[in-house]
Amino acid sequence: MTAADASARIRETFGIEAAVEGATVTVVVPRESWTELATFALRELGAHYFNWLSAIDWKESGLEVVCRLENLDAGLVVTLRTRLGPGETRCPSLAGLYRGADWMERECYDMFGIRFEGHPDLRRILLAEDWEGHPLRKDYAVDTPFAPYR
Amino acid sequence: MEVKAPTPQIPPPVWSEFKDLQEWEKYHQERATDDKTSSALAAIADTIHHMPGGWIVTTTTDKIFNWARKSSIWPVTFGLACCAIEMMATFASRFDVERFGMVPWASPRHSDLMIVSGTVTIKMAPMLKRIYDQMPDPKWVVSMGSCANSGGPFRHGYHVVKGVDRVVPVDVYVPGCPPTPDSLMYGLLKLQEQVAEFQKTGKRPTASDPQ
Repeated sequence: MTAADASARIRETFGIEAAVEGATVTVVVPRESWTELATFALRELGAHYFNWLSAIDWKESGLEVVCRLENLDAGLVVTLRTRLGPGETRCPSLAGLYRGADWMERECYDMFGIRFEGHPDLRRILLAEDWEGHPLRKDYAVDTPFAPYR
Repeated sequence: MEVKAPTPQIPPPVWSEFKDLQEWEKYHQERATDDKTSSALAAIADTIHHMPGGWIVTTTTDKIFNWARKSSIWPVTFGLACCAIEMMATFASRFDVERFGMVPWASPRHSDLMIVSGTVTIKMAPMLKRIYDQMPDPKWVVSMGSCANSGGPFRHGYHVVKGVDRVVPVDVYVPGCPPTPDSLMYGLLKLQEQVAEFQKTGKRPTASDPQ
């Protein structure tokens, strides 16, 4: 399974053009087919390794969730990206597919406030439980006084 | 004959009766109001001090006590970040602060000094305060490195305390990122000088006291 094969499989199954760069296949998916693409990558492309999941805040354009899945045997990397849309914070969870997605999604919720639907235990993982706001959002006021610490 | 009901003897609370550790520690932070031993000692010291020529006795004993204090400052083993590596190097054989009587001690209950070595995050600050509160008086704090002094490179981050002096009172600030063992040793010697000038025997300073 090479990156070109994977790209062709994705095109014939979902009708999505996947960009190939080296061994990396980047798939930009709508939010609705986020889980489907991940299932496809796991079952058909053999990407058993969940490397990481993170998010980007594009200000007015809303949040974007990025995750990287790897097929370690074939050296194939599948990068999934999805735009949630302006003001949208809900995203389907991959924790049912990949155990590794559990804490990554908790961290993403902690930092960006993205609510992963179907996640078994969506709590803050790094910050204190009584923390207000999500600090990696662009609109988070970093220097807000927080007596006595800040 | 009238039988009097026995007066209930209320035992001092044990830790399991407190809902959480903070409540328990707050109970212990409050000085007992009827602490007869220390008030008697303070009264004796005051009487001696006000007798004619008595100040010679009290200042001399202060000097002896301060010499003893500064010669055995035990820092609590408390490493926070990369500064802790330099702190460990200072305690190790090459720089060897043990010749100044400093033994890194693994319990705050027996320690005199807390070296805040590293970044204090907002999540860590209450624990730092708790360890500080567990140390017996008199106690000192050395703030080591830029992060502990002011927040350092993370000053404008969302999660870093902008200087540990917002949480606990600091006696010596050691600059550097991280400070070399030599810098820390210099800071510790400065602290010894400060301890040698320590006045009053064991009284906790209050907000109204002139510093």
